[in-house]
Amino acid sequence: MSSQSVIEISNLAKTYGSGLEALKPINLEIRKGEIFALLGPNGAGKTTLIGIVCGIVTPSAGTAKVEGYDVVRDARAARYRIGLVPQELTVDMFETVWATVNFSRGLFGCPPNPEYVEKVLRDLSLWEKRADKIMSLSGGMKRRVLIAKALSHEPSVLFLDEPSAGVDVQLRRDMWQTVRRLRESGVTIVLTTHYIEEAEDMADRIAVISKGELIVVEDKATLMQKLGNKRLSLQLLEPLSALPAELSEWNLGLAAEGMQLHYSFEAGESPSALSEFLARIRELGIGFTDLDTHEKSLEEIFVSLVGDKQ
Amino acid sequence: MSQPQATPTRTLRFNRHGVWAIYKFELARALRTIWQSLATPVITTSLYFVVFCAAIGSRMPSDTGVSYGAFILPGLMMLSLLTQSISNASFGIYLPKFTGTIYEILSAPVSPLEIIVAYVGAAATKSVVVGVVILATAAAFMPIEVLHPIWMVSFLLLTAITFSLFGFIIGLWAKNFEQLQFIPMLVITPLTFLGGAFYSIDMLPSVWRTVTLFNPVVYLISGFRWSFYGTADIAIQTSLAITMAIFALALAVIVWIFKTGYRLKS
Repeated sequence: MSSQSVIEISNLAKTYGSGLEALKPINLEIRKGEIFALLGPNGAGKTTLIGIVCGIVTPSAGTAKVEGYDVVRDARAARYRIGLVPQELTVDMFETVWATVNFSRGLFGCPPNPEYVEKVLRDLSLWEKRADKIMSLSGGMKRRVLIAKALSHEPSVLFLDEPSAGVDVQLRRDMWQTVRRLRESGVTIVLTTHYIEEAEDMADRIAVISKGELIVVEDKATLMQKLGNKRLSLQLLEPLSALPAELSEWNLGLAAEGMQLHYSFEAGESPSALSEFLARIRELGIGFTDLDTHEKSLEEIFVSLVGDKQ
Repeated sequence: MSQPQATPTRTLRFNRHGVWAIYKFELARALRTIWQSLATPVITTSLYFVVFCAAIGSRMPSDTGVSYGAFILPGLMMLSLLTQSISNASFGIYLPKFTGTIYEILSAPVSPLEIIVAYVGAAATKSVVVGVVILATAAAFMPIEVLHPIWMVSFLLLTAITFSLFGFIIGLWAKNFEQLQFIPMLVITPLTFLGGAFYSIDMLPSVWRTVTLFNPVVYLISGFRWSFYGTADIAIQTSLAITMAIFALALAVIVWIFKTGYRLKS
């Protein structure tokens, strides 16, 4: 284990009693202080993976360690170090914000510390709401209460399972800001998402998971470059038998028997890239009848990643 | 592979803060419905006394040396203790399963033993309070004497803990609210009514008396009544032994449940 890794997962697998193979043997290392995103469609195994590390799901094989402590054999030591924010808004509706956060702190074995709990609530803009019953709060506030509960025992790793599920755009931005601030305070953050923008906006590293398999684990910048998340399609006047050598510097592909030219690019890459490309096409005298750009869906990205792998 | 850092690790033998947090949470839940929790036993007990003592009791033969009201008091307390313990503990653990908040308990550094101590402790506390309230209500109707107070308290605690354990098991097992009600309504209440709460089993024909001896609640009530008045249908040693055996059974079932992860983890 490198001195910087905070979570180590080796050959971890899970098959449920129903026979569902939710996780094929997985190896993964998460580094101290990073924001790590597990990106994948629903049912890919993200929640199962988090569940095992947090002690809610029993692994079928392999090991997971948090700061060197095995989540099964040294469960107690491992769990002290973890905070979990679940996907569903599962909170005790009749409790006050203050009571439920202090409950969590006690549950994780920490002596009362009102100053620390106050700080957590202030950081999450919940301090004014501390005496309110949770059922009176909005969805976004409830999610912040769940984050406050997860932070109440000063964990070194915070797991956020689909943090922006069911949250509107404004709240999603707030959530991302909150997560960045947490990282600045030294907490390692692991989040799951099926929104590619979310992973792109927040994460330092991204793991793509599909059907219980890790397809790729990469620095965000590298991954985004590889993927090219937008695509321009040109409907050509004349078919091309091959890509012209003059266009080799662009990330291109041909389809529909040479009648379609695809250019994949990253949206924020270079503002002028698209116009430069179109200017080049014109210079080369390639005519087209129609054009459209479209964002690659996560599914397309998976298809391309799985394709690369095989 | 390197060892965990040399810095002092946060490990605990017993997570007392965690146990205390759950215990307090459970009592707070009862306090939110305090009037319902306490008014119900007070009204029920008063009704039993009015109906059984004032109306029927005067016509009941009494060879136990105590008034009929005094005779049924231990049985009434046991009836409430059993049903309250079971429903308190079963709701206590079923509710977080139902609402999903169980995730937090499962992900926390609390051992199965600590979870049981907290939930069962809270449930038993609540039912002992109800038992004491019934005793106090009865005191408004007649003078109360307790011949063996230490034994009385011991039976009270042991029964409350034992049936809170059973309640906890039911709460783990139940998949819906109906199943939660099933055991207290259809098993415990009949066993208590037939277990000598309102009559001495010596009054039964000998065949039925023998049948009744298979009802474990008979021993609980008989032992408890002995601690009040020094007389009982069954030898106190037998009552005590059977009460302990039921406690051991509850404990064994719960150890098995947690060893197998039954119905809590996938």
